[in-house]
Amino acid sequence: MIRLRKLARAASVLTTPLAPEDILALFDPVFSARQLRGVVTKVVPETADSATIHFRPGRGWKAHKAGQWARIGVELDGVRHWRSYSLSAPAGEDPAITVSDMGAVSGVLVRNTRPGDVLFLAPPQGDFVLPEHPRPLLMLTAGSGITPVMSMVRTLVPHRPDADVVLIHSARRPEDSIFREELSELADQFPNFRVTHWYTGERGRMDFGTAAGLDALCPDWRRRAAYACGPEGFLDDAEALWAAEAAAHPKDPKSTRADGATGPFAADPVNLIIERFNTSLLGGVGHDGGLVTFEASDREVEADGDTPLLDVGEDAGVLMPSGCRMGICHSCLLPLRAGQVRDLRTGEVHGEPGQLIQTCVSAAAGPVNLDI
Amino acid sequence: MTAISDRTDATTKTATDKPVTKPRPGALAASGRPAVRPPAAAHLSDEQVAELGRELDAIKDEILAKRGASDAAYIRRVIKIQRGLEIAGRAALLMGRNKAAWVTGTSLLSLAKILENMEIGHNILHGQWDWMRDPDIHSTTWEWDFVTPARSWQHTHNDLHHRWTNVVGKDNDVGYNLLRMDEDQPWTPRALGNPLYNAILAPIFEWGIAVYDLEIVDYKEGKKSKEAMVRDLKALGVKALKQFTKDYAATPAVAMLTGSGKQALYGTLTANAVRNVWAHAVIFCGHFPEGTDTFTEEMVEGETRGDWYVRQMIGSANISGSKFMHIMTGNLSHQIEHHLFPDLPSNRYGEVAPKVQEICRRYGLPYTTGPLLKQVGSSWAKVFKLALPGKKA
Repeated sequence: MIRLRKLARAASVLTTPLAPEDILALFDPVFSARQLRGVVTKVVPETADSATIHFRPGRGWKAHKAGQWARIGVELDGVRHWRSYSLSAPAGEDPAITVSDMGAVSGVLVRNTRPGDVLFLAPPQGDFVLPEHPRPLLMLTAGSGITPVMSMVRTLVPHRPDADVVLIHSARRPEDSIFREELSELADQFPNFRVTHWYTGERGRMDFGTAAGLDALCPDWRRRAAYACGPEGFLDDAEALWAAEAAAHPKDPKSTRADGATGPFAADPVNLIIERFNTSLLGGVGHDGGLVTFEASDREVEADGDTPLLDVGEDAGVLMPSGCRMGICHSCLLPLRAGQVRDLRTGEVHGEPGQLIQTCVSAAAGPVNLDI
Repeated sequence: MTAISDRTDATTKTATDKPVTKPRPGALAASGRPAVRPPAAAHLSDEQVAELGRELDAIKDEILAKRGASDAAYIRRVIKIQRGLEIAGRAALLMGRNKAAWVTGTSLLSLAKILENMEIGHNILHGQWDWMRDPDIHSTTWEWDFVTPARSWQHTHNDLHHRWTNVVGKDNDVGYNLLRMDEDQPWTPRALGNPLYNAILAPIFEWGIAVYDLEIVDYKEGKKSKEAMVRDLKALGVKALKQFTKDYAATPAVAMLTGSGKQALYGTLTANAVRNVWAHAVIFCGHFPEGTDTFTEEMVEGETRGDWYVRQMIGSANISGSKFMHIMTGNLSHQIEHHLFPDLPSNRYGEVAPKVQEICRRYGLPYTTGPLLKQVGSSWAKVFKLALPGKKA
């Protein structure tokens, strides 16, 4: 690696102002001096509106842990857009994302991606990963929330005879249920893996209102470490159930916390690990925006009080750093030079000169000057 | 901090540098009139000029609505071709002892350098491709195969030249502090050397621009700080060393393996000179041929958006020719369109040109254009003519 870097440095004498990677990119598009890329190797349709995209990443990618997500850059009409997608391939294998057509970017990915296409990438990240030590697991997923969990199941179930995994997956109809066949095969093959499908088209929404519903599907759920991934409402319900159970049975000596800690616990909320795909931003009602100045880029734009500064900057042609676009990864931090911003999640207005703000969840609250 | 941010007074910026989306506050007024309207546009009423501005805005909006995947594919294709030419050219020069290899290598490298500077570098550095949000093809990250550092050039070119196009005393591109290129520039005996200076400048044009971008005059007059000067000198030193090493040391050194070191050096020297002479010729055709106007400071006082457009049109000149010629000039052969819309992708200028020409005809404004040799001859004629004292007719 170090030798490669030295070699690249030496070669750059001949390629300046370009980097050697810029020349190598003529032969293999994963090379880039600035931007991690991957080349699509295979596209597998999953359901009518979802597909798994396998890709070969360039240098700079790091192997993903089961359950992690990566930012993927796609071009729509020549303009690059970034979104986050969970990796569905098992840890240790070449990465793949499974995408459901839910918007402009995912639609293009599902329908128009072909082998040989170039994807722009950021290395995988995320804490929604398997526990370090073996323990019984309960996976609660809904819709495309199965994606990160699929990576976990594929990583764990075939390779760990001591695994004990229960998956409860909710989808509208059998034909909408991603990975349905593979999950059935795994369940047939491995007795330590049990799958329950819940079709909302037949049975309505899964009821987390009381413990009884979950008791019927997985009687020993309280002693399992639970992973949940799905739409907002689904996760909120799960959180509420775990919290209610913990409050109702504060000291249950028979239950053991799944991280191995001894003590009386019951359905402890720390046992519920949640992956949220989007953060609901507060809709703006009567909030004033302001003049946003991108100082070093020399751009000024009048912005309203509801548009994230990240979008404002991108629309103005500023090369904004960006990440998850939901306020969690802090890739989009920019120093505020002057002015105040409103956090679109909480409505809080804040800002001091020099403060780093998350442009993806902050809107202008009056004039704002950003150091970019 | 870039050179741009240090010295830019945001409140006095014109409409050219702002995002394509919304007008920048402090942008030029939609209506009104300048203290003096240039003679070529004196016959137009304020309303006519405002209407002309709206028509040109509409042309721009039309292109913005169309801009997309095919444009992105275009610039990527040009970049790919350019890099291919560059590799092939340099590889051929490594065997430069063979005469055919030398001629091939030098030609390909010249071609590659011209493409890189004109259609690729100049236009990317204008931000014409920023809308793609591709960090590999962006005005804030691009560096070009030209001695002057991209950031310094962006300041003197995008900011000063494009804002103050042809305003004598404000746009130093009127003669580059070296030549007397306008009757309003006072004659001194130094001007007698005009043709000589220009002939020397052409083959070493990139070094001339590098020195010009240092803004030594501003520094001497105290308009540029010492820190800024030191910073720019450092940036230039680093860039020049890299450029020099690549073409005049590393490439010949590798060629020495085949005993072609000297030939490779002559090849890179020739390629740079060819590119310099070409760039110099094209750029001189932009604002100096017969028919282009220069302006006084009163003419930009209170200038409206429409008047700004008028000044860009009557201060610039096009070159007519083949598609290949347009690409080799970086579409600066559509200088008029480029000055109207500096941040529209260059591949769209050709399509805009007939519409702009039609507007000029309808409003009775000159639209200067001509074949390359005629325009080069015309700008050289000015170089000779202004070597001698004389006032504007």
